[in-house]
Amino acid sequence: MKLNKRPGALVATALAGAMLLSACGGGDDNGSGSTGGEGGGTFTAYIGEPKSPLVPGNTTESEGAKVIAALWTGLVGYSEEGEVEYSGVAESIESEDNQNWTITLKDGWTFHDGTPVNAQSFVDAWNYTANPQNAQDGGSYLSRIAGFDELEAGTATELSGLAVEDDLTFTVELAAPFALFPAVVGYDAFNPLPEAFFDDPEAFGTNPIGNGPFMADSEYVPGQGITLTRYEDYAGEDAAQAEGMEFVVYADQATAYTDAQDGNVDIVDVIPPDVIESAESEFGDNFINTEVSQITYLGFPTYDARFADPRVRQAFSMAIDRDAISEAIFSGTRTAADSFISPVVDGYREGACEFCTFDPDAANTLLEEAGFDKSQPVDLWFNAGAGHDAWIEAVGNQLRTNLGLEFTLQGNLDFAQYLPLGEEKGFTGPFRYGWSFDYPAAESYLTPLFTPQAFPPIGSNYSFYDNPQVNELISEGDQAATEEEAIELYQQAEDLIAQDMPNAPLFFTQIQSVHTDNVDNVRIDLFQRPVWSEVTVNG
Amino acid sequence: MGRYVARRLLLTIPVMLGASILIFAMVYALPGDPIRALAGDRPVSPAVVQVLTERFHLDDPLWVQYWEYLKGLFQGDLGTDFRGRPVLDTIERTLPVTIRLTIVAVIFEIIIGLAAGVLAGIRRNSFFDNLVLVSTTVIVAIPILVLAFIAQLLFGLKLGWFPIAGTREGWYSYVLPGLVLASGSLAYVARLTRTSIAENLRADFVRTAKAKGLPPRRIIVQHTLRNSLIPVVTFIGADIGALLGGAIVTETVFNLPGIGREVFDAIRAQEGAVVVGIVTLMVFFFIFFNLVVDVLYAVLDPRIRYD
Repeated sequence: MKLNKRPGALVATALAGAMLLSACGGGDDNGSGSTGGEGGGTFTAYIGEPKSPLVPGNTTESEGAKVIAALWTGLVGYSEEGEVEYSGVAESIESEDNQNWTITLKDGWTFHDGTPVNAQSFVDAWNYTANPQNAQDGGSYLSRIAGFDELEAGTATELSGLAVEDDLTFTVELAAPFALFPAVVGYDAFNPLPEAFFDDPEAFGTNPIGNGPFMADSEYVPGQGITLTRYEDYAGEDAAQAEGMEFVVYADQATAYTDAQDGNVDIVDVIPPDVIESAESEFGDNFINTEVSQITYLGFPTYDARFADPRVRQAFSMAIDRDAISEAIFSGTRTAADSFISPVVDGYREGACEFCTFDPDAANTLLEEAGFDKSQPVDLWFNAGAGHDAWIEAVGNQLRTNLGLEFTLQGNLDFAQYLPLGEEKGFTGPFRYGWSFDYPAAESYLTPLFTPQAFPPIGSNYSFYDNPQVNELISEGDQAATEEEAIELYQQAEDLIAQDMPNAPLFFTQIQSVHTDNVDNVRIDLFQRPVWSEVTVNG
Repeated sequence: MGRYVARRLLLTIPVMLGASILIFAMVYALPGDPIRALAGDRPVSPAVVQVLTERFHLDDPLWVQYWEYLKGLFQGDLGTDFRGRPVLDTIERTLPVTIRLTIVAVIFEIIIGLAAGVLAGIRRNSFFDNLVLVSTTVIVAIPILVLAFIAQLLFGLKLGWFPIAGTREGWYSYVLPGLVLASGSLAYVARLTRTSIAENLRADFVRTAKAKGLPPRRIIVQHTLRNSLIPVVTFIGADIGALLGGAIVTETVFNLPGIGREVFDAIRAQEGAVVVGIVTLMVFFFIFFNLVVDVLYAVLDPRIRYD
């Protein structure tokens, strides 16, 4: 369950009123200290305080991941459509049975300290990340590799599925066949680590050494940031356009946005919701709207007697006018969701979720048939302090207007209490949650949310939904010979889920970014991170 | 005097121990699982949870955790946060920022607050007096959060007189946040000084001084102001202690990496070691500056003796 928690969001929302004052005023003065030059210049970018040290396998939240993206290049890259591109370290990733994979690396890649990137750098890194003794946040990404369970149980210290063949080749055995494996390994948790890391993992976290387009120029200072310079010996095609860049830590998004208005920080990748409208007119071409992988859901506690009947869940979903809420609460910056698989990945079909269309009459009929008890109010659960209050209340109002239900808001729990409550099947009514993919594949929207192996706390199936047919189809998809076949099977699974409605997809998320006139070519990738190497500085 | 100070300083030891126990217990009692807060949005495997729980002694009873903490403390080790960073480093990094902010704020409090209070107190019911009265009322009434944003947008963005955020321009970066932070206290100082001066101006010893034919400046500075300062010094002293505890709002809005922001984040993440370390330090500051105030009483008023 991902929810991009940003420090200071609390203050930002509390101050929506005061921030209205920022609607006027310039922002064009080209204030950043750029030095110019051919393909040169430096720029600054906003980040919130990363939660973990700057180690790829230990970074799963948005802020640290932005820095990791500049410092590392993974095995594969992704096109803007989410297809795997061999633009990274891997020459090829091949398998005959989708279970035993051979990964061949390109020659000539080096870490920022000059040591070569070889098969050992990957195998060592994966073994380290997967080992629970090292408590790496990204460990669960490696769970498909054979031997992961033994590591978890403490009966092994290395993944048995990994073997180095030669300097540039290693093999990966998966616990079960998985056709989309190449799409998975582009993620941060699969990045290589140099030997220097294993000498002193703690120091590495503030002095990271990667193999990406930028290298660390200074150590990371908590609360302040880190300066990077272009890595001149970079072996990839997407070498950095700018000479250097600096990540500046802001405690509050709103402050970062104000600083961008004055030209003091060049790229703010996510601006506060309350300034979106004014930012669009103020920044003009420098305002970017990007559809990202996150889907917001209203989950149903299928373990609760009131929500055990699929017809009730279908009715709730149809009674919510998603477009109206998007307009009223999010200034139209959310797209009404119409499927369980996000449009940013292959396999999305328009209208795949039959009961996501707004139809109050049909909803009432269904609710009537199911014999839903309207005398008791419906509890609506969401986590506190993350800006969900307004739209959840709007959902409640829609249910009241369209279904004649009363509702009670249950929004007092922080994330740290909210999730454990969900694990204990404690939600007494529909609950909010969001999901971003782990890797750009349709499967990443199904297995972690709708299968019994993803029951919390291991996964994020907080609805405790379990349909053997769905499980069967997903696992067949994992083992399919080609990606096309796999996607077809995943879509069949999605169709069944759409009938059962264990949760109601509500919105596809878009994020809004701004940049100053000092920089150009700012693009946000599918992982919601600016593509740092492409950014050019205007001299 | 020396013995008095020594006794007071010795007393801070049990107070700080008591405070640390209390804070420790409060962090311990916070609902929710810090490991979950740490892992954030991703599910963590039970094996990882177990490793982290053991590493930070989270499954031990309160008194065991506290004993572990105390043992470290006596070896000069304030513990580490969940990211493995020593708490001492965190304090060394963030405290100077907060100290600078406090210095700037207190200078504003003293200069503007005292000057406005003295002038208003001398010329009671004048236009200036009313101006001070009205403006301080307004400032006290506006939440600091709003003041901070208005100041940032007006003086930082629109007029461009001050940097909007960060500490890049050295001491100059602290002027605007310092003024915002000082605004509330500044208003209190002005009002306290005004009332105190006005009262003392009617006192017998001032009438005597006037009758002796002393020059007005000497009457104001030597006789009135000095006597009027006692409540003001008490207030400023307590305020320094509070300001050093960090100004979460000001530090957040102006993006100053100070101790207030740090402790706020630590509380949200239930980082026991960080919270206890920093808050105990705050308690010490508070006690220390109260002691300084008590000593200053004796300087301001020779009738006060401590031995």
